[in-house]
Amino acid sequence: MKNSMELEIPGGHIELPHLPPIEVAGVTFDLSISKHVFFLLLAALVVTIVAVYAARKNQKNKVPSGFANLVEIFVLFIRDEVALPTMGKGGIKYLPFLLTTFFFILVMNLAGLVPYGATSTSNVSVTAGLAFVAFIMIQVTAIRAQGLKHYLAHLTGGVHWALWPIMIPVEILGLFTKPFALCMRLFANMTGGHIVLLALVGLILLFQSAAVAPLSILFGVGINMLELFVALLQAYIFTMLTALFMGFGMQPEHGDEHAEGAR
Amino acid sequence: MFDINPGLMVWTIATFVVLVLVLSKYAWKPLLKVLQEREDGIRQALEQADRARSEAADLAKQNEKNLAQAEEEYQRIIREGKTLADKLREEIVVKARQQAQREIQQVKEEIQRDIDAARQQLRVEVADLAIQAAGKILDETLDAQKHRKLVDNFLNQLPKN
Repeated sequence: MKNSMELEIPGGHIELPHLPPIEVAGVTFDLSISKHVFFLLLAALVVTIVAVYAARKNQKNKVPSGFANLVEIFVLFIRDEVALPTMGKGGIKYLPFLLTTFFFILVMNLAGLVPYGATSTSNVSVTAGLAFVAFIMIQVTAIRAQGLKHYLAHLTGGVHWALWPIMIPVEILGLFTKPFALCMRLFANMTGGHIVLLALVGLILLFQSAAVAPLSILFGVGINMLELFVALLQAYIFTMLTALFMGFGMQPEHGDEHAEGAR
Repeated sequence: MFDINPGLMVWTIATFVVLVLVLSKYAWKPLLKVLQEREDGIRQALEQADRARSEAADLAKQNEKNLAQAEEEYQRIIREGKTLADKLREEIVVKARQQAQREIQQVKEEIQRDIDAARQQLRVEVADLAIQAAGKILDETLDAQKHRKLVDNFLNQLPKN
């Protein structure tokens, strides 16, 4: 569950290569391919293969079928239930970003459920990276839709200038809380499932008895199924909320920025 | 667990950005285009079907109307024909009857004329015979003129037949 520098394989483990850390502006970047980086790249590869395959197949076949149809259902869902209701017609432009977010997170979430796999999204650095991209996208959409002047004016909350010293920090803080929530929600949900599993297996050690094992396994299977659902749900929620925040930026008059779907 | 690993963040961001760029070009845009095209196709097909259906309904209505009209026309023609035939028959019968009447009349008149002529003839003959007979009986030549008048008067006094 923890990030490590070795890849577990049946009957042993592979040491992953260490890269020398790079120091830029006082921050040390350790770009070594750790387990989470490995599964991150694997997820990216899987998403690429799946999506390109689906696109190729759908271009060839007039009537969708099989696996390509399954991918298409998700694409349609993101378009019709996520992008269009939150952003309207203008959201079509940002669909590639939303689709990538959804599928990438989904595959990373699911990777942890495969034996010997690991969930990259249960690492707070990974979710922070995703939230960072989401943050940039939310600001870019807002600036593109409203213009920079309007965008900056929005930061004052539309109150008297005397209140600006209070309002501006609050609004700026508001900008950061959204992606921070995105980051923590995904990380916590993906980690939470693993911890419950660990606790269930830990019961065997706690009671020092193999008699607890069937119960642990039974509950473990249940939690695994729940995790399957949560993997899908969290990918959806991350995408949905990103789209929602982008939509707020595009239509400032709707302005109910603090409405936020909980898990 | 909460310590942020900047290297991992960089990996995530870089991978994600590359993924967005690659996928939007090779997967999402073609896929969305196909979806859009299919939806447009379906919409068009539905509209076309709707149009065709309404056209067919119009056509059926028109047909029905035409049929009703034709039926009415045909009924009217039959009725008219019947009326005409009746009238014609009537006329012919009347005409024939009149013709017959006329012919009968003519024949009757002719017969009457013949009877009259015959009667006249008879009358003259009878008068002559009477005069001759009277002459023979009286053995005297009577003034023919005078006696003819006498006989005529006598004859006129006779019953007509």
